[in-house]
Amino acid sequence: MRHIISILLENEAGALSRVAGLFSARAYNIESLTVAPTEDASMSRMTIVTRGSQDVVEQITKQLNKLVEVVKVVDLSEAEHIERELMLIKVRAGAKEREEMKRVADIFRGRVIDVSDHTYTIELTGDGAKLDAFIGAIDAGAIIETVRTGASGIGRGNRVLRV
Amino acid sequence: MDRVKGQLMTGAEIVVRCLQEEKVEYVFGYPGGSVLYIYDELFKQDEVKHVLVRHEQGAAHAADGYSRASNKVGVCLVTSGPGVTNAVTGIATAYMDSIPMVIISGQVPTHAIGLDAFQEVDTVGVTRPCVKHNFLVKDIKELASTIKKAFYLATTGRPGPVLVDIPKDITAASHEFLYPESVQIRSYSPVAKGHSGQIKKAVQLISEAKRPMIYTGGGVILSNASAQLTELTRTLGYPITNTLMGLGAYPATDKQFLGMPGMHGTYEANMAMQNCDVLLAVGARFDDRVIGNPKDFAKNPRKIIHIDIDPSSISKRVKVDVPIVGDVREVLDEMLKLLSARSNGVELEQWWKQIGQWRQKDCLHYDRDSALIKPQYVVEKLWEVTQGDAFVTSDVGQHQMWAAQFYRFDQPRRWINSGGLGTMGFGLPSAMGVQYANPGATVACVTGEASIQMCLQELSTCKQYRMPIKIVNLNNRYLGMVRQWQQIDYGSRYSESYMDALPDFVKVAEAYGHVGMRIDQPGDVEGALREAFAMKDRLVFLDFITDQTENVWPMVKAGKGLTEMLLGSEDL
Repeated sequence: MRHIISILLENEAGALSRVAGLFSARAYNIESLTVAPTEDASMSRMTIVTRGSQDVVEQITKQLNKLVEVVKVVDLSEAEHIERELMLIKVRAGAKEREEMKRVADIFRGRVIDVSDHTYTIELTGDGAKLDAFIGAIDAGAIIETVRTGASGIGRGNRVLRV
Repeated sequence: MDRVKGQLMTGAEIVVRCLQEEKVEYVFGYPGGSVLYIYDELFKQDEVKHVLVRHEQGAAHAADGYSRASNKVGVCLVTSGPGVTNAVTGIATAYMDSIPMVIISGQVPTHAIGLDAFQEVDTVGVTRPCVKHNFLVKDIKELASTIKKAFYLATTGRPGPVLVDIPKDITAASHEFLYPESVQIRSYSPVAKGHSGQIKKAVQLISEAKRPMIYTGGGVILSNASAQLTELTRTLGYPITNTLMGLGAYPATDKQFLGMPGMHGTYEANMAMQNCDVLLAVGARFDDRVIGNPKDFAKNPRKIIHIDIDPSSISKRVKVDVPIVGDVREVLDEMLKLLSARSNGVELEQWWKQIGQWRQKDCLHYDRDSALIKPQYVVEKLWEVTQGDAFVTSDVGQHQMWAAQFYRFDQPRRWINSGGLGTMGFGLPSAMGVQYANPGATVACVTGEASIQMCLQELSTCKQYRMPIKIVNLNNRYLGMVRQWQQIDYGSRYSESYMDALPDFVKVAEAYGHVGMRIDQPGDVEGALREAFAMKDRLVFLDFITDQTENVWPMVKAGKGLTEMLLGSEDL
């Protein structure tokens, strides 16, 4: 099953490689990993999307907690949460395709953030499925370049992960 | 934090002062370019004594053995690059067995890091998967607090090795020395006290058991909980088994002790592990060598109570019913308060009767009339001659299993072996650490002719520091355990397991300035041991020429269930 795990960790050199190293050493899989400092610059927030049985995910959270630099770990998918991913996608947009591409982007609430004679760069946020759907909705041959951040997640309502 | 204005010191002075503050008696190490300032400071004082090994693997094993035998932190000091990579085997060995160690390594100067400098290696990267934690000190301001943290992390929670990598320029720079009195790490807060509700549940479950079994591992040794475990086991009158890492936690000569469990465990211990209705697991981790195939192990319905300081050890390989996270000693103390002597119920009597029948298999029997020296006999005689009071280290293989089976350890921290990683070469250097931790004590290294050659160079260290270790070499001219597996599982095709061109170990010992003895008759075994152990101030290398094809029994083949035991060649 797919799990989305949120981690608060010390913003120190090497902390990221400890987490990534743990996943490869114990043969856990990583679908995506995002990390950036929080409002408190001494701490980073990481979101990892992984797949595994309940037992495996339990081991993942326990092993993550064991890392000295990890402050807190929560499996967001255990309860209500929101996840978002950002995609920047550069597509072919010559005179012929321009209007149609803009229309599809609007449907997905995407924004054109850069324009050249033959291309659009579209910014799109949503959960992974929505981004996949957008890619499915446009002509595969029109895609020039795709950049996705991987999912970031946060608990709903009073569900909070902080020190 | 200590707010007193500190004295101005160089980084190297700070390192040595930190070791003094931590009351480190011995550092096992080997000098080299990037640790020269530190060695210069060591030279100027005599509180911290340095033991010069002959290879950095030896330094790590010696520090490890010192820690295992003393319950203090083992410290080793190595230079950058090959100094560190040589030590990695020793660090990984300590990591697998949760041994508190601090490794100080030199690094190339900060300005040279990443430029492929001479003797540069990414030490933090290389050691990351085999340390509890590691640090690269980039600022002299952080040096003292980092070393303090290293000692704190190594000894608290589930212990383990912690490495501090110090670039050479940091050891040359100056800063005021302030040693913090305590450490706070917001991301690290190990639990010591067990959950009281869970403890109550466990006590109730264990009191009502009809076929109880106590199974304990290295965690009992690490938390110094032998006294508590012994009291609990005797109060309950239950059978107990200690794993390879846990031997000595409960007196092996006691009648409630069923021997070691697992791949080469006793018939009675394995049968009781499999057939009990309540299993109390204490500081043990249901290792593959202990419970065999986990699916097979789970076939018998039983309730499992598991006490461990590391939450990730719980329900990792086997689902447990009552997990208790906490320090073993604290949890056992709490359990003892709630326990009352159990009236010897009929069921318990029945259970002991059943165990008695299993014991009658006499699974550790061997041919006592052989014209060849049986390795089991050597270990039995070693136990007699040392009156069961020696510190025994071992390497890895058949001799390790025979030592574990036949030397009956009645006290903790007497049996020193590489259980998790299974490191050949561990025996001799760890014996050096054990000897330093217990000057004057009898230290024996039970080894084989293959293992001993993996760190043979330390014979030179033993000479320099006059360490009177007794090396008991069970020489069968084979990589015995490999040969045994090849015989059983690979159609007796002995691929590369025969040791040709062995040295004359008597001459080797003599060349290093020690005493060497070669024994090839069963009748000479005891006399040789008595003669050797009477030499209190000499290292003696006893080369026992043993039966070449003797196997370790019982045996549970890898991947098999715990009760699918081969009891001897007749079962092949």
